[in-house]
Amino acid sequence: MLKASVPYLFLSPFFLLFGIFGIFPIVFSFVLMFQQWDPVQGMGAMQFVGLENIRFTLEDPWVWKSLGNTFWLAIASGLPQHLVAVPLAYLINEKLQGSRNALMGAYFLPYITSTVAIAMMFTTLFSTDYGLVNALLEALQQWPLPSWLIPQEHIDWLGTPETVKPVIALVVFWRYLGFNLILYVAALQSIPRELYEAARMDGAREWRIFWSITLPHLRPMMMFSMTLSVIGGLQLFEEPFILTGGKGGVEQAGMTTAMYMYRTAFEFNDFGLASAMSWLLFLMIAVATWLTNRAFGSQQESI
Amino acid sequence: MFRRIILTLLLVFSLGAQAEKKVLTVAAYPAVDAIVKAALPAWQQKHPDVDVKVVAREYADHHTAMTTALATSSNLPDVMAVEYGYLGRFAMSGGLEDLAKPPYLAHQYRDQFVAFAFAQGGTSAGTAGGTGGQSAIPTDIGPGTLFYRKDILDKAGLQESDLTSSWDAYIASGKKIKSTTGAYLLAHARDLKDILIRANVPAGEGVYFDAQGKCVVATSPRFKIAFEQAKAVRGAGLDAKIGAWSNEWGEAFKRGNVASQMMGAWLGGHLSNWLAPQTKGLWRSAPLPGGINAAWGGTFFAIPARAVNKELAWDLIRHLTLNKEQQLAAFRQHDAFPALKAAQSGPFFEQPIEFLGGQKARLLWRDTSLAIRPTAVFKHDPIAEEIVNAELDLVLTRDKPIADALKDAGAMIDRRARR
Repeated sequence: MLKASVPYLFLSPFFLLFGIFGIFPIVFSFVLMFQQWDPVQGMGAMQFVGLENIRFTLEDPWVWKSLGNTFWLAIASGLPQHLVAVPLAYLINEKLQGSRNALMGAYFLPYITSTVAIAMMFTTLFSTDYGLVNALLEALQQWPLPSWLIPQEHIDWLGTPETVKPVIALVVFWRYLGFNLILYVAALQSIPRELYEAARMDGAREWRIFWSITLPHLRPMMMFSMTLSVIGGLQLFEEPFILTGGKGGVEQAGMTTAMYMYRTAFEFNDFGLASAMSWLLFLMIAVATWLTNRAFGSQQESI
Repeated sequence: MFRRIILTLLLVFSLGAQAEKKVLTVAAYPAVDAIVKAALPAWQQKHPDVDVKVVAREYADHHTAMTTALATSSNLPDVMAVEYGYLGRFAMSGGLEDLAKPPYLAHQYRDQFVAFAFAQGGTSAGTAGGTGGQSAIPTDIGPGTLFYRKDILDKAGLQESDLTSSWDAYIASGKKIKSTTGAYLLAHARDLKDILIRANVPAGEGVYFDAQGKCVVATSPRFKIAFEQAKAVRGAGLDAKIGAWSNEWGEAFKRGNVASQMMGAWLGGHLSNWLAPQTKGLWRSAPLPGGINAAWGGTFFAIPARAVNKELAWDLIRHLTLNKEQQLAAFRQHDAFPALKAAQSGPFFEQPIEFLGGQKARLLWRDTSLAIRPTAVFKHDPIAEEIVNAELDLVLTRDKPIADALKDAGAMIDRRARR
């Protein structure tokens, strides 16, 4: 009897922790979605309001604005990551032998650095009057370049709605490029060398080899890393939070759904609404992941 | 049988011995934690059997932790430090002990405190002299003042009165400063809006809501004037578009790019300690333009309703807030302007402040603090502030008509406040 229960005993720590920190918050959040709760008033202040929170969320213009921001940022930061990482991985894998690890390490460094430190550095870099980027643009004014290319005044990068989103996308791109690079290089290692040799012997050029041999083999890894990018992009919180000073920026241009959810819960003290928002975001992420699956998953291949 | 009796007696005695050594928990943020720790030796002489544990967290983390503690009724401290910005929500939550009731009877001390500060800690619409409950006792306040750079004013050929006689004079001076020295008048047009919506709030009303809790953003003339003046400032290019407490804000002070800043008197301490110590002697403190008296921030002490050692907590709070020496020590060491009227006199107040070029600014701040009128705080103040700021951004950057902006803001706030 005891022997039969030993496996369960060994498994129990994980399930215990997962139950407390994983399942319980999800269930509690689902329950909270139907309540109105101001946390400062204590547990007894929960009021059942049915679908009111969901209706309020769907009618709130800021929720839709934040979803728009989130999707824009997810695409604008996610797409370049993969468009650059795939050819870069191919080049590193094919052309570099000795310095490969050092280069990959250099690209990977931003991923393992603290997000807060990175965002603070970029805030300083993009500062309107004291930042290096504007100083560089000002120095470029000395060169004989057309004036429409070089701005005449300091650009308020983080204070203008049009520019704050590209800056956030840039920071996220810079951070995750290395991670995707590592994944793709690992996937490229698994492609048999004979295919390349055969192709070269048949006289195929580099671009043809890349397109017809490398890319199809990369498909499973692309699906995996694209899914990660989609999920991560839609959950974006840290970079916009620091770059906009926690407030979302002018016209909420930098406010992502995760950030708006956090502020609703902890600054505006409305946990029910925040829960409704979080489940709406979950639905969006689920749909986006399913679409990614459809686009990249295929019947023959498997990870 | 005999053994059982001995064991029971031992248990009872050990429990009794445990119960003697009480632990009082105080939750605070910098620099309130340092102030409390400095006050403990004197207090523990009267209560040698009590251990005091001071739990310090950063400002935002502290209030999030208190929110969580109130939500779950666990890990509650006995004495809770609350900053003015969070007082509204906590006071209206019902999670704080009503200090007006016996055995505390806090209203007996009302006259010893600066009027507006004590009223802010009340739960009945914050009216001075109200007979409602009392959620918190003030310990320090932030009397509002206009810090300005005298050297920049001199270069522009202006006097202090040019800045402070009226808001129009303030803006006109700003234009002169910009044209002669190139420095901005203020950090952000929003700062001007913030102070103008707090000017002349009728008694019993809040900044965004009236006494009945109805939103006044679209109807009150304060908001229209505030938006118009902010737009005028932005249109004349007088603001640096820098948010307070950002790196650029500090940098602007260091380089002398911003000529004035309206804030609580405690900003002087920050400027001299870390924001711009090299600008020593160049700043002066003036009353706010247009004769306005307002406060920025302020710390309060409260007792959670579910705290364990409420009597001891009340004793400690009284020691921290009613003791003149204690309040003066906090002022001397940590720039915490005393809320206790008796502590607002003496040689320390007459002392010239070196950083402000020898100005005896503390007297000015004291006069301001006595003239400030309390405003009621409401649960939805934070979201109302957010919505009004968002509409102001649209007015400033997208040229949205002010009337439309205020109407939209009022509609959005109504929608949120209905919940």
